[in-house]
Amino acid sequence: MMTMSQKILAHKSGLDKVEAGQLISAKPDVILSNDITGPVAVNEFNKAGCTMRDASKVVMVMDHFAPNKDIKSAENCKDCRTFCALHGIENFYDVGRMGIEHALLPEKGLVGAGDLVIGADSHTCTYGALGAFSTGVGSTDVAAAMASGELWFKVPSAIKVVLTGKPQKFVCGKDVILHLIGLIGVDGALYKSLEFTGDGVKHISVDDRFTICNMAIEAGAKNGIFPVDDVALEYMKGRFVREPEIFEADEDAEYDDAVEINLSELKPTVAFPHLPENTKTKWEEVKIDQVVIGSCTNGHISDLRAAASLMKGRKVADGVRVIVIPATQQIYLDALREGLIETFINAGAVVSTPTCGPCLGGYMGVLADGEKAVSTTNRNFVGRMGHTGSEIYLASPYVAAASALTGYLTSPEDL
Amino acid sequence: MKVSGKVFKYGSDVNTDVIIPARYLNSTTEEELAVHCMEDIDGTFVKNVAKGDIIVAEDNFGCGSSREHAPMAIKASGISLVIANSFARIFYRNSINIGLPILECPEAVAGISAGDTVSCDLDTGTVTDETTGITYKAQPFPPFIQGIIEAGGLMNYVKKA
Repeated sequence: MMTMSQKILAHKSGLDKVEAGQLISAKPDVILSNDITGPVAVNEFNKAGCTMRDASKVVMVMDHFAPNKDIKSAENCKDCRTFCALHGIENFYDVGRMGIEHALLPEKGLVGAGDLVIGADSHTCTYGALGAFSTGVGSTDVAAAMASGELWFKVPSAIKVVLTGKPQKFVCGKDVILHLIGLIGVDGALYKSLEFTGDGVKHISVDDRFTICNMAIEAGAKNGIFPVDDVALEYMKGRFVREPEIFEADEDAEYDDAVEINLSELKPTVAFPHLPENTKTKWEEVKIDQVVIGSCTNGHISDLRAAASLMKGRKVADGVRVIVIPATQQIYLDALREGLIETFINAGAVVSTPTCGPCLGGYMGVLADGEKAVSTTNRNFVGRMGHTGSEIYLASPYVAAASALTGYLTSPEDL
Repeated sequence: MKVSGKVFKYGSDVNTDVIIPARYLNSTTEEELAVHCMEDIDGTFVKNVAKGDIIVAEDNFGCGSSREHAPMAIKASGISLVIANSFARIFYRNSINIGLPILECPEAVAGISAGDTVSCDLDTGTVTDETTGITYKAQPFPPFIQGIIEAGGLMNYVKKA
């Protein structure tokens, strides 16, 4: 009767059964916040005079405006640092140890199959890739969960997304999720789970599953989740700090809707300004000023490999600024060892330390009025990366790299 | 509790990046955030908003980021209530948790115009457009959520439990 998401919520709330719409209190395994949302949580926690329930469940990552972009950001990180030291929070990730949170937590094995993860960051839904129920909440939610060890949830209904076929060359996770958001819209899964299933799942790498679940929120979803198969188990092996717990949807689970996506029919897909649902696979000429390759969505090693495969031995087009941001220190190091960093620098790109930076218009690549960027990030709202007169085209690392080389929004097939 | 004020009206998918742009997220104080509320969608909002005023919007209000700074900025700007066809789920949670009144009422959204004076009894969910004289009834919150609201937000609720 229950979906995969519902089964995890039932387990974590100590109930045999839950139903869509039911309000429950459940115990999260991981309580995440960052240098933007953490300080607000710390304020609420301190203001209410709370005591820390279980510091081992708390994770804080300094990634959004770190390394600090200004004095206020520095003060915010300092507040988080002080709070974590005071409460004995070991999973505090500062500059040098940190990465973009949603790439870092799986890499460190802090999240995995069967977990209930809450994070004061909307892209916390990323970890559904490993079979966790993982969802974004607010700062006050994080404060309450740190104090009580529990949080309220409304049990979601679900949309079943059946993946069939096998993706063609140059088609990756970003194209799958942009295609889906194009189909159902930015509120197409509002309050719901997106449960991925089907024969096509086995052709999708863990990195691509992260990308797909990461952007579930861009369809309004509460969470995105993949079944736990050998590919996911292999990723978690020797890494995940708990034993993977595998939950499967019941045969007779009820879904609000089902969407089928034939992966073999997908093309490199771009979301035009100013909503992730404005997807296109063909377009008129779009001259660009900047390319960003990185973020919690597409800063994985496979993403950097994809971009480098097109950029190797070639040069970035005149007038285009290309910013590459490996999502974690480990990814940075791997990219260095594989020669990807050299490829990017030789092509005329810059490579940054891990940070969310330009994705949310913080720093490290803010756009001016009238400028256009192709970005592997997750949102193309008005003003998201800078001036309200700038434009963002969301795309895969292949499309971003191809566009960097031509100076125009370019499909890798046309390179 | 009763609230009353003039209406600022917006369309669908008003996202948290336009409610409070990330360039101001280095601040965590309500007063500082309020100065930039709605800046990237309505440059005159801050100048024109008065205490008690009401935001009316269409679908998926507050979509995007989890930043609690968005409802904080709206609340601190003086807005007493947001009425929408639907809310993005994290914004919905955040509003309840920090005590920003919100209501889902598509009939009211369809009927109310920008600049109208609207009053609302938050306990009953009755919305009255004083300008047109028309009354609407919003969906009441489930008792559990009502409990959080009555406690004055999630932290108070948790402390009581």
